[in-house]
Parts: sequence; C-alpha cells; structure tokens
Amino acid sequence: MSRVLGSAPAPLLRRILLQGKYEALTMLRNGEQLILAVVLPLMALVGLTVTPLLDGLGGTRVDVAVPGILALCAMSTAFTGQGISTGFDRRYGVLRFLSTTPLGRTGLITGKILAVLAVLLLQVLVVGAVAFVLGWQPTTAGWVPALALLVLGAAAFTALGLLVAGTVRPEATLAITNLLWILLGALGGIVIPAERLPGPAQELVHFLPSGALGEALRDAFLAGTFNGGATLILLLWTAIAGAAAIRWFKWN
Amino acid sequence: MRSPDSPVLSITGLIKDVGPLASLDGKMLRVVSGVSLAAEPGQVTALLGANGAGKTTTIECAQGLQRRSGGSVSLLGQDPDTAGAELRSRVGVMLQDGGLPPSARPIPLLKHIAGMYKDPWPVDELIGRLGIDAFSRTTVRRLSGGQRQRLALAAALAGNPEVLFLDEPSAGLDPQSRQLVFELISELRDAGMGIVLTTHLMDDAQRLADYVYIIDAGRNVAEGTVAQLLQRNISADAAQEHIRTLLFESRPGLDFTGVLPATVDVREARAGSYSVTGALTPEDLAALTAWWAAHGIMPGSMSLEARSLEDVFLDISGREIR
Repeated sequence: MSRVLGSAPAPLLRRILLQGKYEALTMLRNGEQLILAVVLPLMALVGLTVTPLLDGLGGTRVDVAVPGILALCAMSTAFTGQGISTGFDRRYGVLRFLSTTPLGRTGLITGKILAVLAVLLLQVLVVGAVAFVLGWQPTTAGWVPALALLVLGAAAFTALGLLVAGTVRPEATLAITNLLWILLGALGGIVIPAERLPGPAQELVHFLPSGALGEALRDAFLAGTFNGGATLILLLWTAIAGAAAIRWFKWN
Repeated sequence: MRSPDSPVLSITGLIKDVGPLASLDGKMLRVVSGVSLAAEPGQVTALLGANGAGKTTTIECAQGLQRRSGGSVSLLGQDPDTAGAELRSRVGVMLQDGGLPPSARPIPLLKHIAGMYKDPWPVDELIGRLGIDAFSRTTVRRLSGGQRQRLALAAALAGNPEVLFLDEPSAGLDPQSRQLVFELISELRDAGMGIVLTTHLMDDAQRLADYVYIIDAGRNVAEGTVAQLLQRNISADAAQEHIRTLLFESRPGLDFTGVLPATVDVREARAGSYSVTGALTPEDLAALTAWWAAHGIMPGSMSLEARSLEDVFLDISGREIR
C-alpha cells in the first residue's frame, strides 16, 4: 500500500454546512419528526380556523392562528425534534465519534443549529402556503420582526432541547420534550393566546418561552409591532438555558 | 515539528479521577493512576488488560474525549485537550460502541465523514477494502456486530490518519471479518501508521502487537514485545525443567494415568479438549504418542507452548476474579 498518511481539515465553514445539511436531511427523513414538525401544526391551523376558539381577538381566525402555529413549529423542531435526536446521538456515541473528527464539538452544535433553521424555513414556507390558501393576511411590516423572533425563539428552544438531551437519558428526553410540547402547545400561550387561558395561567405564560414567542409573533403579524418585553424574555431563556447546557451537557 | 522517528503518542504519569461518586460517599474515584506509554509510527501498540483496568479511559484522555486530571499527553506533538481541527484531521478513532447513527446507511455516512477532511481516503476504496458494498443498503441499526465494526473502522480511516486508535477492535467480529480487519491493520502499520489499540484478548495482542503495555487497576504493570513478555518471569529452573503446556483434541474421556508422570497436570477443559501442563520431558511425549499408537488414537490437533501471553498476564495481574 503506497499512500501518504495524514490529512488536513476541510475549511470550517464547509464542515459546518455539511453537518447542517446532514442533520436537516436526517430530520426530514424521520417520519415521527415530520408529523411533529409539519402534520400536527397544519392540523392545528385548520382546526383553529374552523372552530370559534380564537374569535374576538382582533383579527380573523386565520390571522390570529398563524403566528401561534409558526411559534409551535419552532418549538417542534428546535426543542422536541432536536432534543430527541441529540439525546439518542449521545446514547449511541455519535456525538463522541463526531467530536473526534475535524468537525469537533463546536462544529457539531453549530451544524445542529443550522439544521434547525433550515427545517424551520421549510416549515414557514409550508405553513405560510397553507395559511394563504385559508385567507391569511399578515401585516407586511410584521415580516421582519417576526422572522427575527422566530430565529430567536428557535435559539431559546434549541438551548432548552440541548440542556434536556445532554443531562438525562434519551428515553427521559423523549418523554419530557414530547410532554412539554403538548403542555406548552395547549396551555403555554403559544397557539391559544393568554387571554383565553384560565386565570392563574394567564400571568405565568408571559414568562414562558412559548408564551413570549407566541405573543410576540402575534403582535408582529397582527399589528406590525415589535414586542420588546417578550423579546427580552426570549433572550433571557436563550442565555440561561444556553449557559446551563454548556455547563452540564454530558457528551457520554 | 515531530521528527519522523519520535513517538506519535506519548503519555507520562496520566491520572484520571472521576466523580464525585455517591457510592463512595461523594469522593472521587481514581480510575487511572500514573499510566505512561509511548506509541511509535509504523507499529501496533497494544494496551492489554481486563475489563475495567483503565485502558479505554487512558486512550480517551489521549484522544481528548476525556480531560485528564494529571500527567501529560502528547499526540503528534500536541496536547489533545487544547488542540483543534488540525490535530483531529490527522487522528482516526474507532470507539468501542461504534458511535455511528443507527438510522444512517453506510455509504452516505462515510461520504459525510470524508467531507470533513481536505484530502480523505477515497470512500470507494475504503468500501471495497472493508467489504462494505455487501451491506451498503442496510441501516446501521440492522448491521451485524462484525459489519458494524468494519464500518466503524472505515469511518476511523476516512481521513487517512497518521495515528489510528482502536478500542477493542475485534469485539463482535466473525472469523472472516477478523481476518480482514487484522490484515488491514498490518498493512496500515507497514505503511507507517501508528496504531494504538486496547484489548482484553491475549490472542489479539499476540497476533497484532509490536509492543504491549499491560494495564491493571489503572497502572502499567508490564511492557515489552510479545516475545519479551513471554520470556519474563520464567525462572532458570523452570526453563531447565521444560515447563510446557501441551494442548490436544481427541476422543473425550481418555485416562492418562500411568502414561504421563503423576507430577504433570492433565485436564479435560471441554469434552475431548485436553491440556497437559508441567515439566514435560521428551520421554513423556514419546510415551504419550506411543500410547496413542497402541490404542489407534489420532489427535485432531495438538500444540506445545512454552508459555502463553495469558499466563504472563495472569502471573502479573493475579489470578483472583475481580
């Protein structure tokens, strides 16, 4: 065998993009994740436009529903989907193996974040297309703050998902992230605005990442306004969960 | 810069504490206490020891997967705890648990990993060399143990590394895969790769290793070439007395009373599988073969060994079960 041993790493950007693409394709090929990421949000969207649940909140049913559904999409992909796949990657030693390649730990995490953003973009396109068919009329001025908030929300939920995935067994991650998705989805102020929740929950949900993201997106798309308070709450969740994940994430 | 002849890996006084552990009243547990070793390019260096001896912890500290508590590690002249992608691109790692995503298919996975390197080992060549084409459409979760190990080896080689770490490389390998993997390891060694492997199998070490470190309870207890280790601890008396182990396969239930001297130890480990250990003389062998001839017995196989690496290992690390 005549070969010159030794290689050099591919450029950093290429490694991260490759990992992002690989993880995004893995997510999109996973049937359960696809149900969580696309099918359930679309069912919720249709459900909310044919029932009177959101009537009287200052817009048509579909206009009030869509921002919450987009927030739900961010939670599906960044928190539940990402958390579960990272938890199992940790179990099977995938994180450890990839961290020995030139990709490294930082590249691996950056790749995961890219994958979340790529899948989220596809979700926005699909949900947006269905919403337009259902008569969605978003405020034009709302698009820029809304997209920025979606990215921030994805960051907060990714940090939370990684925190769960990096500290408990994958079976527990599966249970926790799915349960929280249902609980926060139904009662966390994400799809159903705080005003329609039972009294004690109303105050609480403003401080949850779900409530903050849902509220801020509704403000953006319904009124074209930027909700500073909710943005601050999302930033805090991102910073605290991110720091906790960096501190306690176990690679094996 | 490393000169061509300097070790690819050198570890001095490695210490690794884990914990605090609730089972030790919140104290730390020292799993590696002062391991030192060096691995040369173009050689297979084996860390031999029982399960739990600290072999995996030692090489994971060398790979930068675990942070050491003390001592120093130099991998290709760099500290793995602080080195970056440049060092990782020159080192291949095959983990004990494989570390491959269960839902992946072999070829896209290998192409993905190869993409992390500037000048990877051509994936097609690796696939052919390790017989991966035979199961290229199967997901990792459905592969047999041997197929998974071969894929994990291909993944470790994707970057055409200068140093290759193999943690228990023959675990789960069927005889054909084992042959294939061992041949490849020998070729890579001849090409100049520095190979560091851990194993609890004496046979692996005996067949593959140029240099062996025996690790027990987190320390090095012996080192040398296989031949040097086999010579170790044989007293002059024992050598003169021709302490030998004769292994042979024959008909079950044979009784050698009166054929062999009462001082040698005759055992039938499995039905028809005998081992005779003791100060055997040429006359004893002649008596045994004459007895076989008289009874029309032809052994299925037989071998005579001065000492096995297993004996050396047991002598050093003790024979009690831990």
